[in-house]
Amino acid sequence: MRDIYKGNLVRLSAINAEEAGKAFARWHRDSEFKRLIDSGVLQMPSAKFAQTWLEKELEEASVNQHWFSIRKLDDDRLLGDIDLYVYNWSARDAFVGLGIGEREFWGKGYGTDVMRVILRYAFTEVNLHRVTLTVFEYNPRAIRSYEKAGFRHEGRMRGALNKEGRRWDVLVMGILREEWME
Amino acid sequence: MRDLFRGDLVRLTAEDPETRAKIEVHWQRDSEYRRFLDAEAVMVVSEKWLKDWFEKRDEEGFGPHRYVFSVRTLAEDKLIGFFALWVDLVHSEAWVGIGIGEREFWGKGCGTDAMRLCLRYAFTELNVQRVSLGLMDYNPRALRSYEKAGFRLEGRTRGDVQRAGRHHDSLWMGILRAEWLGLDAAAVE
Amino acid sequence: MFDIQTQLFEGRDIRFGPIDYEKDPQIESKWTHDSDFMRLYGIDPARPMSPAMVKKKYEKLEKEIEESKNIFYFTIRAREDDRLIGKAVVSRIEWSNGNGWIELGIGSADDRRKGYGTQALQLLLRFAFVELNLYRVTARVQEYNEAAIALLKKFGFTEEVRRRQALERDSRRWDLLVFGLLKDEWAKQAQA
Repeated sequence: MRDIYKGNLVRLSAINAEEAGKAFARWHRDSEFKRLIDSGVLQMPSAKFAQTWLEKELEEASVNQHWFSIRKLDDDRLLGDIDLYVYNWSARDAFVGLGIGEREFWGKGYGTDVMRVILRYAFTEVNLHRVTLTVFEYNPRAIRSYEKAGFRHEGRMRGALNKEGRRWDVLVMGILREEWME
Repeated sequence: MRDLFRGDLVRLTAEDPETRAKIEVHWQRDSEYRRFLDAEAVMVVSEKWLKDWFEKRDEEGFGPHRYVFSVRTLAEDKLIGFFALWVDLVHSEAWVGIGIGEREFWGKGCGTDAMRLCLRYAFTELNVQRVSLGLMDYNPRALRSYEKAGFRLEGRTRGDVQRAGRHHDSLWMGILRAEWLGLDAAAVE
Repeated sequence: MFDIQTQLFEGRDIRFGPIDYEKDPQIESKWTHDSDFMRLYGIDPARPMSPAMVKKKYEKLEKEIEESKNIFYFTIRAREDDRLIGKAVVSRIEWSNGNGWIELGIGSADDRRKGYGTQALQLLLRFAFVELNLYRVTARVQEYNEAAIALLKKFGFTEEVRRRQALERDSRRWDLLVFGLLKDEWAKQAQA
């Protein structure tokens, strides 16, 4: 068997709440990062708040939620997190959410690599039928990365975001197990 | 669409904890029934305890791991039994526990009818790949009923149940989605 | 009189011991980051756990052991340095029926194929049959876990149930096997 946690550049690891809490607090001071992953109004969590929140979420994590830290393979550095959330078991559909907090690693294939790893995990370990995601219109880098990982465009929620005085669409993308297997 | 909750002899209902407790407190005093239900040493509990238990289960709600139905006869509208499905979501398998507590309805096809509804629900609503159950070798009536519903015997664990000083086997049964689809197609023709 | 001097927890290269909250979480966390181990040991989705999560799991486990009275959990440790190698468990014991389920795991790939599993199973079975006085023990194993199947067969277990296509991994379905060993069968083996 191959190591299913491992990609070419990164691996999935357990979330260590203390370490991740500190990193979250740092990443969330970057308003660009924040706006790319979250549609809400900007908030700045403290490291302590983030850690407590993570501990609580992890404790409640069930078979519905598969949430990992993303680490670089060569030096084990923490880059971000990825969360696969199964919201409908009879349809076997899950939402995936991805954030690379360390901006020096944007646009270098890390996101695409980890998305490939989580899709393999979703389809061969959690045995899902499809994976869904949403991405903001003003994030073309992510959209390209998801396309590369095999996601298809399925629709857009028009004007669902209001940022910098104008409306933006939220794009819906999905990938089916059959498509992934090819 | 077909009525998922109605068979030839019985229908599936959700009952209030009070109603269930009032009736099922009598079922569990029937040690023969209890010994068919599982391998544990039989025990009796109060009506209040049962009601609290059902209330707690109700609060947890239906699914996605657990689904419980009461079984009523169509003719008399009498509450005669129940079944529950526990789902292994990742491996797409459901386990069934089923019981007809009113003994005058044993051997009359009500259990088999309820099981058919149970399988239809598991395969077409929960969309599982497989349904499993266990029973004891001293319950041949149930074995026949499950075979009629399409289950196959997959093995027996030797002597893992002790009743009245003797060792009995647990029987393990399963039905796959493809097998059930074949049965269903045959029934439609 | 029986041989009370027989040490139930001591094997040739390994011994059974309790959980070490200081050292074990770090090591078990490492095991969970090895997806092969996770897929051989259990049927839940493989997922890594941090040392903090492992510690929480131990606390929950010890509470459950105390409350349920039907679980016996041992860590497997190397005799030479008391290092954590694996775990051995009897659980879901039905006292009135005299049966229980066993589980055995050697965490690190470096520690496999060294006879530790054989020694641990020897200790675990002796414990189940002469200390817990069970009539039989049951083990569940995935069809693809050849090492576990070979080990169970070596100890005289019988394949009793084949739960067809009960497991889904790598986009295909696998059988889950149930093995059983009766006390008589074990006693004959142990004497021979």
